[in-house]
Amino acid sequence: MKTALFVTCVNDMVFPRTGIAVVNILERLGHQVEVPRQQTCCGQMHANTGYRDEAMPVIRHFVRTFQGYDAVVAPSGSCVAMVRTLYPRLVDSDPQLAAAVAELLPRTYELSEFLIDVLGVTDLGASFPHRVTYHPTCHGMRALRLGDRPLELLSHVRGLELVPLKGAEECCGFGGTFSVKNPAVSGAMLHDKCAAILDTGADYVLAADNSCLTHIGGGLRRRRAAPRTVHYAEVLAS
Amino acid sequence: MNAYGTGHLYGPARFEKAARVELAKPQLRENLRHATHTIRDRREEVVDEVPDWEQLRESGQAIKARVARQLPELLERFEAAAVEAGATVHWARDADEACRIVTGLVKDTGASEAVKIKSMTTQEINLNEALESAGIDAYETDLAELIVQLAEDKPSHILVPAIHYNREEIRDIFRQRMPGAADTLSDAPEELAEAARTHLRRRFLSARVAISGANFAVADTGTLVVVESEGNGRMCLTLPETLISVVGIDKLVPSFADLEVFLQLLPRSSTGERMNPYTSMWTGVTPGDGPQRTHIVLLDNGRSATLSDPVGRQALSCIRCSACLNVCPVYERAGGHAYGSVYPGPIGAIISPQLTGVGENASLPYASTLCGACNDVCPVKIDIADVLVHLRGRAVDAKRDTLSAERIAMRLLSWIMSDPRRYGRALRAARRGTAPLAALLGGRRTVRHLPWPLSAWTSSRDAPLPAAESFQEWWQRTRAEREQAQRGNPSKGETS
Repeated sequence: MKTALFVTCVNDMVFPRTGIAVVNILERLGHQVEVPRQQTCCGQMHANTGYRDEAMPVIRHFVRTFQGYDAVVAPSGSCVAMVRTLYPRLVDSDPQLAAAVAELLPRTYELSEFLIDVLGVTDLGASFPHRVTYHPTCHGMRALRLGDRPLELLSHVRGLELVPLKGAEECCGFGGTFSVKNPAVSGAMLHDKCAAILDTGADYVLAADNSCLTHIGGGLRRRRAAPRTVHYAEVLAS
Repeated sequence: MNAYGTGHLYGPARFEKAARVELAKPQLRENLRHATHTIRDRREEVVDEVPDWEQLRESGQAIKARVARQLPELLERFEAAAVEAGATVHWARDADEACRIVTGLVKDTGASEAVKIKSMTTQEINLNEALESAGIDAYETDLAELIVQLAEDKPSHILVPAIHYNREEIRDIFRQRMPGAADTLSDAPEELAEAARTHLRRRFLSARVAISGANFAVADTGTLVVVESEGNGRMCLTLPETLISVVGIDKLVPSFADLEVFLQLLPRSSTGERMNPYTSMWTGVTPGDGPQRTHIVLLDNGRSATLSDPVGRQALSCIRCSACLNVCPVYERAGGHAYGSVYPGPIGAIISPQLTGVGENASLPYASTLCGACNDVCPVKIDIADVLVHLRGRAVDAKRDTLSAERIAMRLLSWIMSDPRRYGRALRAARRGTAPLAALLGGRRTVRHLPWPLSAWTSSRDAPLPAAESFQEWWQRTRAEREQAQRGNPSKGETS
């Protein structure tokens, strides 16, 4: 199976360790993973902020880059949701591009979908002897319906103690450009999310999206609070 | 002729500014959190017990989609049936015209006061204000609307207009502003309800005119339906001689049988009840029983304009249950007034800008994190998150000719992100640009303060710096090393 890793722009620039973790996980399972050098971004920020015309060149580039792979895996619920839910409508005026997108969609996976649904693995032999809590990010939960896939993977990690997060299904307040367009409301939501995290007494907060974790981690550090934010892929690779 | 709506559909300030004001009220936030979570939990309980809930939602969605497709025919059918049954039907293009019609109708009766049933549509057109300036006193009879009216405030929730007040605040409003309320009134719900009951009873018995909205209008029969909890509506619908109903053209359902679906969906989604206490239906005039003159004002006010947008038109399917408000984390913090419109919350953020034209309400589609909680509870399956993104697109398109800092940044980023060489160069430039900062911070990779416009981010959270080595750089370096190792020592390379 010809598998490509779409690391996402945020991970590439700020969280390379998450991409490295995905490579390690897949190679450990005996899979060859390719990282197309042409890859950049999915265009989510443009599309979600209303800049459809500006999103189009980015979308075209994404489709060109990942055409021809059997599977495209990304460690981000949000970027995969962009491809799966927004691409079809954004490209519908261009039949050729629409056909390419339709072909690409069913082969684009968030990491936990790929591991469980495609590879059929749940135990990655990882060990992470820490108290952790998990925040299900909105696009993973509601747009992709990941369900408990990430938790299923984490349940096999040796030594990991998972503490339930109160109000876990509530948005952390990031919302892409929402965080800077509506900083006051975003900050209020973040405040409540941080309080819920601190209540768990966890040492680590895990999620499927580093963008949300940047927001949450930034809020925790602002309060000089202890819990550290880590993408769940890094825990699975540990 | 302007196709868009007027009335209480926009506020003086952009959402983010208005929300900032509301966020500074801790009591408000506490009241909202408590109330929304209570209704949210109740809704979940009674929805979970319906085995065919998903099919009901799909039916509701399908019926409303059909109404959208056949609206002109259905409206004419409704008018014919209502007139046949003895009602008088009026057509209002916008809020001003609707207010003129209703004011004229009340004046024609010679009455100087009217009792009102809780109605979003009459709030939308600012009817109370119009009546007042014509010398007519309008009395709200729904308990929550009464509280809001006495406080000279605006509703902040579709179902619970006074959700922003708690019991103590309501007691104070009654003591100070309700005629005949005792100074010793406590904040016990029974006492508050009794005080309102005594006050309202006098109004019901003397009123000659009642004004209502409608939850549903049945095209086949010309029947109007009001769904309520308190029974005040039933009093208004039966005692006065004249009944005037202001009905948005989106309230139509094709046939009586369609109510079967909506009368299951609405109470469970809205109050979290299996069934609402009072469902009133009336068809024109019944001689010797109830109001002998019934008027129906069919209101457009931007609905036709909304219908013309193939993606946005699903907002017209809304049955005003307010389930989306009660699960919305943004609504919970900002409150209803921040939206500036009588329709707040997620549904308001897609209805108001479509009724007014998106240029008049451009901040509302951005009043959401796109978390999608609203989509999951909507009883008619409106894809609110999708419409929000669509309306953001319309807001951006509307200003295509003006060059803002945001547009320049977006264009630049699009140019960078659509080409890997430019992307790589930009990444390295970003790292070089932040290198002095990184050196200054030593091992720390986060920043506490950034200059404008990034200060919006650091106002409540630290910001991360680009990594010293990007993932793609790591990949290329380690693959090159691996290849070199394989070339240098093939057997070792293969087994590593």
